[in-house]
Amino acid sequence: MEERAVHDRGGWPTDAPIDRSERELADWELLTDALVGVLGGQGVMNVDELRRGIESMPPGEYERASYYERWLYSLESVLTEKGVLERGELDRIRGE
Amino acid sequence: MSFRRGDRVRVADRPHDGHHRTPVYVKGKTGTIERVHAAFTNPETTAYGADGLPLERLYLVGFDQREVWDGYPGPAPDRIYVDVFEHWLEAVE
Repeated sequence: MEERAVHDRGGWPTDAPIDRSERELADWELLTDALVGVLGGQGVMNVDELRRGIESMPPGEYERASYYERWLYSLESVLTEKGVLERGELDRIRGE
Repeated sequence: MSFRRGDRVRVADRPHDGHHRTPVYVKGKTGTIERVHAAFTNPETTAYGADGLPLERLYLVGFDQREVWDGYPGPAPDRIYVDVFEHWLEAVE
C-alpha cells in the first residue's frame, strides 16, 4: 500500500478515543462556512479547491487544526493563489 | 470503458500526486459495481481551477470488508461501499 497523505484517514490505526460530544459552533466557524458557500456560489472557488488546499497543509499543522481551522487555512491559501488576497493581507488587517 | 451493475472491478493501485477522491484503503481491491451514479466534472482537475471536463462517470462500488481489511474480525457478509470514478476502475475477468 502506498504511503498515504495525512487526510486519507480510513483505517488509520489509533488507540485514541473518538470524541462524539456535540458543541455549539462559534461565530467564526459559522462565518467560515457561509464564506465558502458564497465563494462557491459566485464561482470564485469550488469545494475541490477547498479540499485540495486542506490536503496541502503540512501534516503537523493539519493534525493540530480543528475542522474549520483547516477550511480557513485553505481559504486563505487558495484565495491568495488566485490573487483575490495579497500575500499577508489578512495578517496586516488583523494587525491594524 | 463503462461498467454495469454487477460487474467485477479492481481499483487501480497507483499513487496520484494531487487531489483525488480514491481512498488509499480501496486501491488494489476488487469489488462489484452496485450502482451507476452519473457523470460529474473531474475533481482531480477542478481542484486546480480547471473546468473538470471531460465528465467522469461515478460508481458505487461494494467490497467485502474482509477484502479491504487484513484480519477483519466481523461476519463474512459485511460490506463497505465507496464511490469511485471510472478512470480508477479496471475490469476483472
